[in-house]
Amino acid sequence: MGLESHVTQPFLATRMDEVINWGRKYSMWPMPFGTACCAIEFMGVVSSRFDISRFGAELVRFSPRQADLLLVMGTITQKQAPVLKQIYDQMPNPKWVLSMGACASTGGFYDNYTTVQGIDEIIPVDVYVAGCPPRPENVIGAVVKIMEKIDREKAADWR
Amino acid sequence: MMTEADVATRVQAHFGGRVLEAGAFRGQHTITLAPTDLREALLFLRDELGFEWLMDIGGVDYLGYDERDWRFEVVYAMLSMQHNVRFRIKVAVSEANSSVPSVWDLWAIANWEEREVWDMYGIVFENHPNLRRILCHDEFVGHALRKDYPITRRQKLSAPSENILCDRSEIA
Repeated sequence: MGLESHVTQPFLATRMDEVINWGRKYSMWPMPFGTACCAIEFMGVVSSRFDISRFGAELVRFSPRQADLLLVMGTITQKQAPVLKQIYDQMPNPKWVLSMGACASTGGFYDNYTTVQGIDEIIPVDVYVAGCPPRPENVIGAVVKIMEKIDREKAADWR
Repeated sequence: MMTEADVATRVQAHFGGRVLEAGAFRGQHTITLAPTDLREALLFLRDELGFEWLMDIGGVDYLGYDERDWRFEVVYAMLSMQHNVRFRIKVAVSEANSSVPSVWDLWAIANWEEREVWDMYGIVFENHPNLRRILCHDEFVGHALRKDYPITRRQKLSAPSENILCDRSEIA
């Protein structure tokens, strides 16, 4: 074919989705929305003993506009619910949501007038983590679950 | 040295027949008065007996609890730091006339405490400068800690509440 004469550098043939998903899943930027003790446990998740940076998600952003992984950690009150929705809406696509702990996932034992009975009443959730609070390993396990989910996505799914 | 029993005796002597109830439980003395006597009682405690500090204001709903003539009580928890003595004044509040004079001009903290009692029980504090909800959101209907508030009732908020923003007029 004579192609070799046009290609001076080595190259690798793959699929577009593989490359994009590979980049996305190993460089998630988390936005922590911590309202309770789960957020304290998150400090363990990012610190050296458990170290979420081993999975590429250590760059915690405190602006939703710079993040693609929303970590909801703690009790969400009815008064906070529109704020959480607004923060989710401010995150650019693609984005994923991790609901950490009993309160964020179901309201926990706060079955009362003031607490949202699970954040999926407000925003879509990709992974729920059980526990009160969950162990750091559970959170890392959930991050890996999201990585597996990203693997199954097509880049064109997000706009 | 002044004890809680001494304080109860002094307050009872001062108010005489206006005392609705007086009692003690595990050494904690309480005197119940009508709302019209509240300010006089707290000023008596502050100025005559050395109770400088209004520690807390709480509400109680006794709906269906017993046969008392009033439904609500508002509890004022007082502390005398110079005597190391605590005391509590309760006022009896009926459902028909659920209002109590505000004491925010005597202790500034009463401003927020009274807003909380209003938010949870719907008890009105007369002459309060800013009687808005403090815990529940602006679109909340009813009063959550009343015994007849449905326990499974949920009320959603449509947009971020103005309450979340700092109200600087209260700091000044």
